[in-house]
Formats: sequence, C-alpha cells, structure tokens
Amino acid sequence: MAGVAIARALNMGLRKALEADSKVIIMGEDVGKLGGVFRVTDGLQKDFGEDRVMDTPLAESGIIGTAVGLAMRGYRPVCEIQFDGFVFPAYDQIVNQLAKLHYRSHGLVKMPVVVRIPFGGGIGAVEHHSESPEALFAHVAGLKVVACSNAEDAYTMIQQAVACDDPVVFFEPKRRYWERAEFDASAPLADAVPLHAARVVRPGRDVTVLAYGPMVKTALDAAKVAAEEGHELEVVDVRSLTPIDWETICDSVRRTGRCVTVHEAQVFLGVGAELAARVTEKCFYSLEAPVLRVGGYATPYPPSRMEEHFLPDLDRVLEAVDRSLAY
Amino acid sequence: MVAVSSMDIATGADFVQLLTPEGQRLENPDYPLEITPDEVRGLYRDLVLVRRFDVEATALQRQGELGIWAQLLGQEAAQIGSGRALAPGDMVFPTYREHGVAWCRGIPPEKLLELFRGVNFGGWDPRQHNFSLYTIVIGAQTLHATGYAMGMQRDGAEDAVIVYFGDGASSEGDVNEAFIFAASYNAPVVFFLQNNQWAISVPEERQSRIPLFKRAHGFGFPGVRVDGNDVLACLAVTRKALQHAREGQGPFLIEAFTYRMGAHTTSDDPTRYRLASELETWKLRDPIERVKAYLSRGGFADSSFFESVEAEGDELAARVRAACLSMPEPKPIDIFDQVYAGGSPLVDEERATFEHYQAGFADEGGH
Repeated sequence: MAGVAIARALNMGLRKALEADSKVIIMGEDVGKLGGVFRVTDGLQKDFGEDRVMDTPLAESGIIGTAVGLAMRGYRPVCEIQFDGFVFPAYDQIVNQLAKLHYRSHGLVKMPVVVRIPFGGGIGAVEHHSESPEALFAHVAGLKVVACSNAEDAYTMIQQAVACDDPVVFFEPKRRYWERAEFDASAPLADAVPLHAARVVRPGRDVTVLAYGPMVKTALDAAKVAAEEGHELEVVDVRSLTPIDWETICDSVRRTGRCVTVHEAQVFLGVGAELAARVTEKCFYSLEAPVLRVGGYATPYPPSRMEEHFLPDLDRVLEAVDRSLAY
Repeated sequence: MVAVSSMDIATGADFVQLLTPEGQRLENPDYPLEITPDEVRGLYRDLVLVRRFDVEATALQRQGELGIWAQLLGQEAAQIGSGRALAPGDMVFPTYREHGVAWCRGIPPEKLLELFRGVNFGGWDPRQHNFSLYTIVIGAQTLHATGYAMGMQRDGAEDAVIVYFGDGASSEGDVNEAFIFAASYNAPVVFFLQNNQWAISVPEERQSRIPLFKRAHGFGFPGVRVDGNDVLACLAVTRKALQHAREGQGPFLIEAFTYRMGAHTTSDDPTRYRLASELETWKLRDPIERVKAYLSRGGFADSSFFESVEAEGDELAARVRAACLSMPEPKPIDIFDQVYAGGSPLVDEERATFEHYQAGFADEGGH
C-alpha cells in the first residue's frame, strides 16, 4: 500500500524538528536503541546521539520533571509517554508545574515541552493500554492539547508542537499508527494548516460530525455509508482540543443545523460535552436538533474481548446521525 | 582540636561540625575551611538579618498583612552556610522556606513577601538571580533541578545546581526519581536536605528508619550529614559538594541536621504534636549564638559590632514592613495574563467578557 504510515510520519516530523533546532531533545522510555515500542523514534538516536535522544529511567514523573528543568535551561524536550494509562505518575508534574510555570513566573519562564501520548483502544491490549485521557489535560489551563488523525497532520503537527513555546500534550491515535496516506513532505511547514485549527475533512450539508484522533476515520467511514443512504455528513477533524477552533466548527454547524460529536473517551464530562455546550450556545438559532454525543460508556475501559462494544464504531455514529435527523 | 572523622559520619552517629554550640572551632580534615574573622562577621550579619527579616514577616502575617508565612527560624545556618558556598553561575532550586538562600542570591527580602501576601506567585526573575521560583508542591523541584543540571552538562557549563528539600520530601516519589535520574546521568546537582525534624506534625522517624543521608549510598552517590546549625560546617560541606558536582563527579546529598524552631507555617500549631522541652534543647544549639560566642571569645568582634548588626536588622525590618504595606494591589484583569506564551483565544475571550462585566459596574458608578 502506498503512502506513509502515521508512525513513520511522526518519525519524519521529529527528525525535521531535531534538525531545525539543536535545543530539541527527545526523551522517554525505550525511545533510543529500540526506537520506541511503536518505533516512532526509530533511528533517531543513531543519527542524533544519546544526548539528544535519551533513554530515560522508567519513571514518568521523572521524565516530565527533568524535562521541566531542561526547558528552564533553554532546551525543548519532546517526551514520550509509552502508553496513555502510564501518564498518571507524571500528572502532578504536568498539571502543577509544566502547565503553570509560565503563569507563575509572569512569562519569564517558558515551557516549550511536548508530551507525546499514544492513546485510545482497539488494539486488543491489556488494561491501561487503551485509555483516552485527553479531557483530563484539556481541562488544565496552561496546556495546549492536540490530536492527530492522519499521516500528513502527524508530520506537520508534531513539528508545529515542538516549535510552540507552550507545553503541548500531543495525542497520537495508536490503532491508526499504520494507516498510510500520501503527502508532500517537502511542502513548507509555514503553509501547513495551523496547529490549533480544525479542518473540514469531508464536506456535507446534512449533519456535522465532530471527531478527532482515531475517530476521524470512523466518522469518515460512517459518512460514506450515510451518503449511500442519501445523507451528506460533514466531517470536521477537531485536531486541537485546547484551544478549540470554534470558527470552523460553528461555521459548519450553522450550515447543517445538526451536530454529532464522536470520541472514544467516556461521554460523561468528555471533550464532547464542551463541544456540545459551546455549539449550543454559539449556534442556538441554527440548530434543528440537540447536539448528540457518541463515545465510551461510563465504565472503565473493558477487557479487550469486549472493547468493540465499548468503542464507538460506524453503526453507533450512524445511529446518532439518525436520531439527530429525526428531530 | 578535635576532628570529626568521616568514619564517624558513615555510622550516622555523628555529623560534620566545625563550630560547637559553645562557639569552639573544630577542624575536620575532610572539610577544611580557611575563613577570616571578617568573613565570619559577614556570616553572622547574614544570620542575624535573615532572622530579623523572618521575625518581621511573621509579625506582618499576625497583623493580617500576609496570608501566610513559612518561617525559617532555626534554619538560618543551613541556609546561609550553603547559600554562601554558591558561585554566581550555580543555579538554586528552593522550596518555599529558603529565605536565607534567597538573601544570599541578592533577592530583596520584600520580594519574598509578594507570594505570601498573594499579589503574585513569585516576584523575581529566576534567571537574573539564578534562583528559581519557590515551589509549593513538596519535592517537585528536585526533578527540575536535576533536569536543569542535565542541561548544564549538555552546555558544557562549569557550574552546578543545588536543590533544597526537607525530611518530609524525602518520602516523595519525585525526590527518589530525582536521585535516580541524577545518578543515572551523573548530573551536577547537590541535594541539600534540611532535616528540621518535623514534616508539619510528622517526625523524621515516620519518614525513614535510617539516617536520611545514608539513602544516597543506595542510589550510588555520596551522602553526608552536617550540623545544620553550624554555618561554618554547612559552608565547608556545601563547597565541597558543589566542587564534586562541578568536577563531573555527579550528585551529592547533604543532610543538614537542624530544627524548625517555629511552626511549619503561621497556620500551624506545634503545641499539638511536640513537647516544649524539645525546643528548649534545640535553643541550646542555636545557629546564631554560637557564632556570636566564637566572635566574642576570639576577640574578633566587640559589642559595637553586635549592636550595629542589630540596628541594621531593625532598619531592614522597617524597610520590609514599609514595602509590604505599600505593595500595589494587582489589577483584577491581571488574572488573564501570561497563561500561555503564545496566547489563547479562549483566555482572550474570557478576558473580554470579564472586562465587559467589570465595566457594567463602572456604569453604575460602583466598584
């Protein structure tokens, strides 16, 4: 199959970032010799050395805490958290230090740190390897939170995140790591879609579907089936969860009059709740139906034999679309 | 002169001491200290002034001018001794009690009050003074210090980092992870543990069943206990530890054995958990009295010197008080400043909403 896989696109983007700025360093568990458990950092230590691509001790708080110190010294660390469920030992350093130091110091201390987190389920994994904790970060003032959904975005967004002077939590759709797409890697980064912009990835006139990360593909698949049934879904890749590009989102909803949000994370108090609340507030007179949310249930992520029932799929999206259209 | 050997230190039975509570000067071959009377007078002045400042800040809290104050009372020698060991290029990571170290780094004392008055979270430029902002979360700064030291390594700098923390913090995961990272990368960082015996109400025995300095050996770097109420010993040991770090020999743990003579903060009531007699015992080991005794007995200072330092302390206190009382109130709109380096449309929107809301009161002639 032609094209570049998301994992490879991230690798290419990280390589560009390392080349562009000698202060950029990559750190995390197994990111060096092994190239990361998903091979996202494959070959980078060989080419940039152990000082710039650093295998760390197995301690997540230690990774983020020392990255904070390195950032204070003028470095731009890119930290890999091996799996979503393992970020929590670092949560204190992320929330209390990384997110707040710029504010605490009145802007004198910058925290250009990227925290990469492979997230989401669908890979038949054991517990703690399929979580979607993005709302827990999007809620924290001082952090920027983004999620890529395809190879081109992976390539450009990781470079934009590294260049950002604020801390960015960068969610990667781990079950889509091997999805391929063709793109022009030589295009200037300045011409890429801005990091915090949403993007209409399929235009349609009937219902706006808001998704990000691994659910963008699910939403696009649903849109194909809906089209066969005569309904044109407009799929918006939200891309940035903090801040959110309301202009693109609301422009779409005002045209369609209907909105469905989709994410793997539990619906309750998820990113979809914020999307629904703001869309309702901003597009109230355009709405033909309440904003509906599709997502995980209010349970812990289940054992893998049951995960397909927990995860939103094409049918769950279409069911919500039908309910929206029925109003 | 009686020497305290490093063998004794390793047993945990003793510590490095260069000046007894009675003001007698000791020698230690492992930690030689050549110091002139003039320099000792300088240290005495530092000790007295930071204590006087601390007393004034406590009074300001009691009078409602500060929301809270974390007293350094009793820990002056640990802070001045280590603080005066620093070179200008060294970087300091403090807790929220390092007023004495801040003094050594040239931060105007009144600047320290801003955080405790609630007008900001730290009013100094960390880069200007090589003194990071106060960190409230216990032990979190030990990782920042280690990362900063790893950065120094990459820069080829001939400086070192010193990070302060306490006996309570020694139980935190971050401190242990900092030890591991520092050891693993041989980072030039000195871990300065002020063991003041109490983590609010919890005694040292609840944190550790061995003397805390011995933890270092398990992580693979040197650890030494020093008399934390002896400014000369703290100076000598910290100098050596910093040199060790600068020379590429990696991290070093100093346990300064001292006592928190005051409360944890002005919100605390130590009478609920410790005996008054304990404080009386430690008063006999006061960090300032022994320097005064040494200077007096040796004929290195007379009453006019001591009186002049007292007077200087009172002037400092008056200046600090005046600065506290005239501190400008922050503007409410400042809430929205510096959340992000690159700005945020969400924060901008909420700032505008807030301004509009505030303006509504102005129209009514109120607020």
